[in-house]
Amino acid sequence: MLDSPFPSPSTAAGRAYIGCGAGFAGDRPRAAVALVEALAACDGPRYLFFELLAERTLAEAQLRRLSDPERGYASQLFAFLEPVVARCLALGIPIITNGGAANPTAAARRLRDQLSALGLTARIACVLGDDLVGEAADADWLPADCPSDEIVSCNVYIGAEAVAQALAEGADIVIGGRLADPSMVVGALRHAHGWAGDDWAKLAVATAAGHLLECGTQVSGGYFADPAHKPVVDPAHLGCPIAEVGSDGSLVITKVPGSGGGVSERTVKEQLLYEVHDPAAYLTPDVTLDLSGVHLERLGPDRIAVHGITGHPAPATLKGNLGLRGLWFGEAGISYAGPGAVARVRLALEILRQRLAEETPALHPHFDVIGVASLFNDGDGTWLDQALAAAPEVADVRLRVGIVDRDREAIERALQEVEALYLNGPAGGGGVRRQLGESLRTQAFFIPRTRVIPYLTWH
Amino acid sequence: MHPKILLADVAHARAGDKGNTLNVAVFVFEPAHYAWLERTLTEAIVAERFAHRRPHKVTRHCLPGLHGINFVIDGALEGGVNQSATLDRHGKSLSYLLLGLRLPSPAA
Repeated sequence: MLDSPFPSPSTAAGRAYIGCGAGFAGDRPRAAVALVEALAACDGPRYLFFELLAERTLAEAQLRRLSDPERGYASQLFAFLEPVVARCLALGIPIITNGGAANPTAAARRLRDQLSALGLTARIACVLGDDLVGEAADADWLPADCPSDEIVSCNVYIGAEAVAQALAEGADIVIGGRLADPSMVVGALRHAHGWAGDDWAKLAVATAAGHLLECGTQVSGGYFADPAHKPVVDPAHLGCPIAEVGSDGSLVITKVPGSGGGVSERTVKEQLLYEVHDPAAYLTPDVTLDLSGVHLERLGPDRIAVHGITGHPAPATLKGNLGLRGLWFGEAGISYAGPGAVARVRLALEILRQRLAEETPALHPHFDVIGVASLFNDGDGTWLDQALAAAPEVADVRLRVGIVDRDREAIERALQEVEALYLNGPAGGGGVRRQLGESLRTQAFFIPRTRVIPYLTWH
Repeated sequence: MHPKILLADVAHARAGDKGNTLNVAVFVFEPAHYAWLERTLTEAIVAERFAHRRPHKVTRHCLPGLHGINFVIDGALEGGVNQSATLDRHGKSLSYLLLGLRLPSPAA
C-alpha cells in the first residue's frame, strides 16, 4: 500500500478522479494545464472544476450584467477555460464551474462561439434556478430587516442534482451560477458512481472531497507555509489538488505529480476545518456533513486518506445571499521612515484623529500603523494604542485609515485630510495613496427547498 | 511558576470567515500534546485574546481524531469582509493572533 506510484492503474478500479483548477476568481489562470495532464494519466472517470465565486463576487457580477446583458459571468472565467478547454474535450474530461456567476447563459454563448471559431463543438449545459433577484423584493422569505430597494443580487446555494443530471445527459462543460462549492464535486461523483441523492454516507464523502478541493491549493501547500515550522517545497509552483474517490466511499487527497507544494496531514487538517463552524453539522444543499469522527492516514508522499466521514439528511432549507448596495469603503495612507519614524507616525495619528473628529464626526474611522499594528486592530483603537505605547523604534511605518459608511462625500473629505498631511503633518511624510469605491454587502437568508427549482439549458 | 511556551512553537492554525464570524482551527504538531491543548486552550482564554474585537460568543469544538480544536468566534471581524474598515477584511491573519498566545508549557 505504501508509496504506490501515481497513478496506479492496477489499483485504480472503481475510482473517480477530480481536480480543482481554481479555488477563487483571483487564482493562477494557467495552473490547470498541468492538472489536466495529470488527470489524463488517470484510469477512470475524470473531472475538472473551477470554483470562482465568493459572497461578494456574485453581487459585483450582477452589477456588470445590469450594464451589459452579455456580461455578468466571472470576469476571469475565460482566462481559466481557454488554456484547457480544447484538451479536456479531446480527453473527454468534463469541466464544471460556478463561474457563470450572474449570467451563465452569456458565458455559454461566448464559449460556444469561441469553440466554433476553433472548429470545435461541445455540449454545454447551464445550471439555472439559483437567481431569485426578480422576485426577492416582494418575497415572503425575505428577511424583515432587509432594505428591498438596495437589493442587487439574490442567489440561493443549489446542490449537485442538476450537475449530475447534466453530466448524465452528456455535458462536456457545465456552467452554473451559485452552485455550492462542494456540490460541483458531489455532482461529478454522483455521475461517476451512480450515488443516489439520499445516500447520505456517500454524499458526505463527496462533500468532504469537494470541501477539501474547493479552495484549490489551500490543501496542497497554499495559505500554509511558515518557514520556521511548516516549510513548503517550491512554493512558486504549487500543484493543483486531486481527489481520488472510490465507489466504496474511500477518499484520498493528492496533487499534480512533480509540482511544488505538498499534501500532508497538516495541510489536509487545516483545510478540513476551513470556514467550518460545527464540525458535526456542516450544512450543504446535498447533505449535512459530519467531520467529528474524521482521522487521516498517510499512504505515501503527497497522498492522504481521509477516514471516518459521516453524513446526515440534507437540511430542509437552502441558504441564500442577498447582495445589497448603499455602502462605500475608503482607504488612505501616508508613510514615515528613518530616525524618529514611530514618534512622527504617532503624531500623524493624533492629528488625523483630531481632524476627523472635527470635520467628519459621524464617521467611524479605523486606524492602523503598518509596521507596528495593522492586522489585529479593533475599531476603537484599543489594540493599536497599546502597541504604539510599547513600540520599539521601527525604521519604516505607514499610517492607514479605513472607513465604511453610507455617506460617500464624508468619506471623501476624510481621505482628503490624509492627503493634507503632506503639508500640514509631521516632517518627512510621503507616499499618500487613497481609494474609494462602492462596498457591496451581503445578507444571508434561508428559503424552503421546495421554493427553488434548478433546471438545465443547453447551448 | 510554570515555564511558558509560545503556542506557535507547538501548534499550527488556519483562520476562515463567514460573514462576521471567524473560525480558527488549531492543531498540535505532536499528537501527544493534544490532551494538553484541550486542557489549556479554553474558550475563556480565546475570548480574552480576542476581547478587543468584542466577540458576542466563543465556541470550541474538539476534534481528538485530528489532534485539534476548532474555535468559532462570533462577531470578531468588525462587520465581516463586506462591511469592515480593517486592512484584513477576511481576518485571514487572525490565526496568528491566537498562535501568539503564551501558555503554560506541555512539559511542565
